Amino acid sequence: MSKGLIVTDLRVSVEGKEILKGVSLVVEPGKVHAIMGPNGSGKSTLAHVISGRPGYTVTGGSVMFDGVDVLELEPEDRAALGIFLAFQYPVEIPGVTNTTFLKTALNAQRKARGEKELDPMGFLKVLREKAKALHLPDDMLKRPLNVGFSGGEKKRNEMLQMAVLTPKLAILDETDSGLDIDALRIVAEGVNAQRSPERSFLVITHYQRLLDYIVPDVVHVLAYGRIAETGGPDLARQLEKTGYADYTGSAA
Amino acid sequence: MTSTTETVDTVHDLTGTYKYGFVTDIEMDVLPVGLSEETVRFISARKKEPDWLLDWRLKALALWKNMEEPTWGKVSYPAIDYQGLSYYAAPKSKTDGPKSLDEVDPDLLDAYEKLGIPLKEQEILAGVVAVDAVFDSVSVATTYKAKLEEKGVIFCSFSEAVQRVPELIKTYLGSVVPQGDNYFACLNSAVFSDGSFVYVPKGVRCPMELSTYFRINAQNTGQFERTLIIVEEGGYVSYLEGCTAPQRDENQLHAAVVELIALGDAEIKYSTVQNWYPGDAEGKGGIYNFVTKRGVCRGKRSKISWTQVETGSAVTWKYPSCILQGDDSVGEFYSVAITNNAQQADTGTKMIHIGKNTRSTIVSKGIAAGRSDNTYRGLVRVLPGAEGARNYSQCDSLLIGDRCGAHTVPYIESRMPIATIEHEATTARISDDQLFLCRQRGLKPEEAVALIVNGFCKEVLQNLPMEFAVEAQKLVGISLEGSVG
Repeated sequence: MSKGLIVTDLRVSVEGKEILKGVSLVVEPGKVHAIMGPNGSGKSTLAHVISGRPGYTVTGGSVMFDGVDVLELEPEDRAALGIFLAFQYPVEIPGVTNTTFLKTALNAQRKARGEKELDPMGFLKVLREKAKALHLPDDMLKRPLNVGFSGGEKKRNEMLQMAVLTPKLAILDETDSGLDIDALRIVAEGVNAQRSPERSFLVITHYQRLLDYIVPDVVHVLAYGRIAETGGPDLARQLEKTGYADYTGSAA
Repeated sequence: MTSTTETVDTVHDLTGTYKYGFVTDIEMDVLPVGLSEETVRFISARKKEPDWLLDWRLKALALWKNMEEPTWGKVSYPAIDYQGLSYYAAPKSKTDGPKSLDEVDPDLLDAYEKLGIPLKEQEILAGVVAVDAVFDSVSVATTYKAKLEEKGVIFCSFSEAVQRVPELIKTYLGSVVPQGDNYFACLNSAVFSDGSFVYVPKGVRCPMELSTYFRINAQNTGQFERTLIIVEEGGYVSYLEGCTAPQRDENQLHAAVVELIALGDAEIKYSTVQNWYPGDAEGKGGIYNFVTKRGVCRGKRSKISWTQVETGSAVTWKYPSCILQGDDSVGEFYSVAITNNAQQADTGTKMIHIGKNTRSTIVSKGIAAGRSDNTYRGLVRVLPGAEGARNYSQCDSLLIGDRCGAHTVPYIESRMPIATIEHEATTARISDDQLFLCRQRGLKPEEAVALIVNGFCKEVLQNLPMEFAVEAQKLVGISLEGSVG
């Protein structure tokens, strides 16, 4: 059984239009992969398809995680398997506190994995610890999920969810969008603190600057639905200078 | 009618020793179908009611015969054959009532347990909740009576109250909801079977939540509960009413009347979790729930607060209301109404401002799923003398799916130019993004809906007493099962 994420020749359409035209990549446990690329290249589609968002049609290829064909699974079952998606635009759920949301989610996952659910006190202890590590004030835990949160608070809250749910694969979908440099640093710190040999990351970003703080092991350039190039951290820095212009030709 | 007379006689013989309805088996005796003066006389005689009460019932029947069933609600249901219903069902009693719960038929206790009403545990949890459990039409168990009566609080079945405190009944029965108030209340006035009675004397704070569980058991039997709560000056009571009904094939009529009277500085908090059988996915077999609930804040600074969670019934027609008569009195209405499948709910409140500086708050949360229709219908009326009256209304609707309907029908009538009336309304859907977020974090679709809807209803649910709030939260999830695919 192969550990980690293995995407093979993945083809995906939305409303009849092919967005991913045969994407292949392998993310081993403990590795951080960055996916960069111009707008509309299919970066977010890749993130959504791996996590199981409805609305996409997989027309070919496969996505395996720790030896399981995840395309066969419901989104919640993928979550229980350890796949986490940090959203680009975290949505609000009025009336549901952060604490309630996280407790319900964690216990649902634990239950699905056949683990014992955490009692409220045990959970609160874990939550407070994690929130403290991310410099989140206690009152944020009592507020309804994302309601009235600033852009930075929403992203930090995504990091809190990741810290509490301890996924094996965390996909960050343009987590840097809309963040100023301070917020970006805080988010990056949150990610770096959670890097471990058991946990891999797929960091999706349009800009190189996030990768100054989250240094990836591998960088892929996704353009026009295909992986156009794969390299090390240097590739990201090179893109910063040249932009994505070089990859337009490959679409033809 | 010979057979009917025979039945009446037989029932009389059997019930000669009947006291407060403790039973040792669940064999029902049911009055044959039909509604006539004879039916009313039978019910009244069976309950050994005084003549004035029989006359009161007969007057209601006479009024009812000339009334028409209302059609203004946004609900539709097949015509009810009022002559095809039986108007009385009581558990038979073969011996004197048992002295404690241990002597109650285990079958009955078992039935309650399935409905989540652990009477035995209630006894262990001494002093927390008193239950005047109503099994069909007659009370079968009343607990904590002694402790309450130490404080002078009377909490008993309506029938018992008629025997014990006839003067109170005579003074207050129909004083808030008169016999001819509306079609269903009028029917209830003629044939009401039993219900609960609460009296809180001057200055007494009722030491525990009073709780009654209602349940429809017999097939084809109308339930006509009558509840009367009187709180004297400076008194306080919190009353909980919960309903759950087993599956039935034929529709059942439920037309209850609740009257609340709060004198000066008195406060009544009335909470309901209504979970009558809603019928199958097509609505077949569900309960028709036509309820009249009204309270009057008779004295200065009195307060009546209605909190309801309505998840059951095929058809709900219900408007718990407050008449704010005393100066500075306060009326509140917090409501969650959930409809799924083919359910229909037309529910809301009426706030009638009569006294000076009277205040009312309305918070209504309607959730519609499946092919259901969910209507908020409310009236805020400010009369000429109600100087300084204030009302705030908030009506939010949440839609799940694209085949259901949410409707808001607020009536505002102000005859006082300096009154303040605010009305806010929102309609929203559970978005695909919210659902996906929850599922990505590990929740099943139905768990996600339950979580989101509980959040939506939070303002209302947090008004319920703790043990009820927990039950209500679960109920919210259960009632929306199957609403997302």
